Amino acid sequence: MTVATNQTILVVGGGISGMTAALEAAETGKHVVLVEKNPYLGGRTAQLYRYFPKMCHPTCGLEINLRRLKANPRIQVLTMAEVTGISGTKGDYTVNLKTNPRFVNENCTACGECAKAVTGEVDDAFNYNLGKIKVAYLPHAMAYPQRYVLDPAILGTPDADKAKAACKYNAIDLEQKEETVSLKAGAIVWATGWQPYDAEKLTPYRYGEFPNVITNVEFERLADPHGPTGGKILRPSDGKEAKNIAFIQCAGSRDENHLRHCSRFCCMGSLKQTHYVQEAYGDEGKSTIYYIDIRAIDRFEDFYAKVKANPNVSFVKSKVARISEDKDGNPVCWGVNTEGYVRYSNPHDLVVLAVGMQPSVKGVDIPAEVMADSSGFIMADPANAGIFGAGCATNALDVNRAVQSATAAALRAIQVVNKVARAEA
Amino acid sequence: MSDMNQQMTARYKNNFLKEIEEQAEMGDWVKMCMQCGVCSGSCPTNFHGGWDHPPQELFMMIRAGKRDEVLSSNSMWQCVSCYNCYVRCPRKVPITHVMHGLAEYAYRLGRAPKMQPTLHLSQTFWNNATKYGRVNEVKLTQSLYFKDGIGSGIKKALEMQSMALGLVKAKRLNPMEAIGGGHKCKDLKGIHAMLAKARELEAKRKGRQPA
Ligand SMILES: Cc1cc2nc3c(=O)[nH]c(=O)nc-3n(C[C@H](O)[C@H](O)[C@H](O)COP(=O)(O)OP(=O)(O)OC[C@H]3O[C@@H](n4cnc5c(N)ncnc54)[C@H](O)[C@@H]3O)c2cc1C
Ligand code: SF4
Ligand code: SF4
Ligand code: SF4
Ligand code: SF4
Repeated sequence: MTVATNQTILVVGGGISGMTAALEAAETGKHVVLVEKNPYLGGRTAQLYRYFPKMCHPTCGLEINLRRLKANPRIQVLTMAEVTGISGTKGDYTVNLKTNPRFVNENCTACGECAKAVTGEVDDAFNYNLGKIKVAYLPHAMAYPQRYVLDPAILGTPDADKAKAACKYNAIDLEQKEETVSLKAGAIVWATGWQPYDAEKLTPYRYGEFPNVITNVEFERLADPHGPTGGKILRPSDGKEAKNIAFIQCAGSRDENHLRHCSRFCCMGSLKQTHYVQEAYGDEGKSTIYYIDIRAIDRFEDFYAKVKANPNVSFVKSKVARISEDKDGNPVCWGVNTEGYVRYSNPHDLVVLAVGMQPSVKGVDIPAEVMADSSGFIMADPANAGIFGAGCATNALDVNRAVQSATAAALRAIQVVNKVARAEA
Repeated sequence: MSDMNQQMTARYKNNFLKEIEEQAEMGDWVKMCMQCGVCSGSCPTNFHGGWDHPPQELFMMIRAGKRDEVLSSNSMWQCVSCYNCYVRCPRKVPITHVMHGLAEYAYRLGRAPKMQPTLHLSQTFWNNATKYGRVNEVKLTQSLYFKDGIGSGIKKALEMQSMALGLVKAKRLNPMEAIGGGHKCKDLKGIHAMLAKARELEAKRKGRQPA
């Protein structure tokens, strides 16, 4: 006999996958708790400028989900909360959570007066630390919940009093503390997503040392009008317009010394980013893609064919071996072209490393029945467990595939809590 | 030597990749290469001194069955064993060792380029070391210096004179070793028996007629 316990589905991670799983489950009538460690939902998707293949803005897709979410009373959203451990078994889990203080309560109307009043600044995590943000901030324009956040650095500074004084809605609460909470759940959807591979580990590319070598996630922010440059593609070293841009594929992926897997989205990611260059500079904007093979799978082939036909985009079949810097601060790509075995050393204004996806599961104590593959992506055993992976926590996926996997995970979780409900009846 | 070449050509017909996999040391790694080009791009020699083909091209030629071009190529003899390619290869192909394996195999088949300096050095070293079971440095240096004739040998020896004297002083070099055979290792018979056994085992493992 199954021990009758909680019929709640816990979803860990509020990216596009976690939101999808939560919605699918709640819309069938289940009670869902959605836990997100950032102050906002949307995950990495919110940090993209445009989506392939349709080149629409990600906020559009996110907004539809947010509307469904707001309309659904069965989903409880916890932001700035992290899962630190899970114990128990299928149908009867106990989950430990740590919540960080936002220092702003539900009264907040996002009027922005607190941000105007303070002067202190911190690194802007939403923009991958490419710029600074005030110590009282809204993480990004479309953030949900639309509530400001105070960075803990404000505590004990005159800014704390200034912010509090500026708020007309009694929304600032400097007494909030870190808390630990434990919850019951019958089934868990694990949707903690991905992290960009640490580019500093790719030593021949000198990321972190040469300012004009950046990563693909940073490039998304450079192209975005809400980003640190207001959407101008300027290079970090001297603010010069970057019109001749190199993209290095498989930076860290398909590499036994780094990530063993193909990250799947990054060929399409760079093909998409050549559009940003074209959009910004017209025929003056030149993109060069250095690649091993272009992996634009199934329906993306058309997208690839169109980029290939663009005379402002060139393709070099070669993995760049190393990068140096010339006297003008231009990064120079060195290698041998596999088509003809010719050596090259090409200067560019800016180099974008198409870094791969790494699962962000580390540091959490998850039960033994959740297994990981050789790259660390989780593989739940659907026959025995009540924990199901969704989205990029399970594999390197684009948004479309991440959403499909989230729906599958929600269906499995629903079956587990249905079983619990039957046992209880 | 050329007997072995005929034997192998007959055995593998047109499957040169299989031949390399089974006969050349580390040859079974060739199929793992994905032609990314990192090895060639990382080679510090910059292919100065006229490499026929960068390593990655050599691996592709093996797969394409270009037997004559590969075996007579000078590339594997130009490799300076710096291991740059090896540590960076995304497929962990031990490229440096594959290069050595190819060089050694080409030599066994009698297909290595004639008058190749690396080949000459390796051969001289091997003969010197196996003859008495230890390297006789004086004799080794002599045969290397005088390989291009007496005149250039004397010139090279004079250039290196002060270093040689320093080595003698520090007891790292004994000029007396030049007289007679020099001293031998204690169990010379044992060493030779070991080498013979190793050759026999290798022949058995690779299905070759014992040399
Ligand atoms: C440069 C670039 C461009 C891309 N462009 C496109 C594109 O154009 N089109 C496309 O389809 N795809 C694109 N992708 C892929 C897309 O970003 C992913 O498919 C998508 O982000 C997957 O969503 P997810 O919800 O699985 O993961 P994520 O977006 O990573 O969301 C996971 C969420 O979980 C939270 N979390 C993590 N750990 C915990 C924890 N312990 N407790 C609580 N919460 C936690 C995180 O804060 C995050 O909000 C691109 C990717 C990159 C790098
Ligand atoms: S905390 Fe107060 S001042 Fe700041 S945005 Fe919210 S309501 Fe406005
Ligand atoms: S999708 Fe493309 S760039 Fe990304 S790992 Fe795969 S082959 Fe490399
Ligand atoms: S680095 Fe490795 S995989 Fe790449 S071409 Fe060289 S041998 Fe092949
Ligand atoms: S080991 Fe040989 S082939 Fe490899 S990089 Fe060094 S010299 Fe070049």
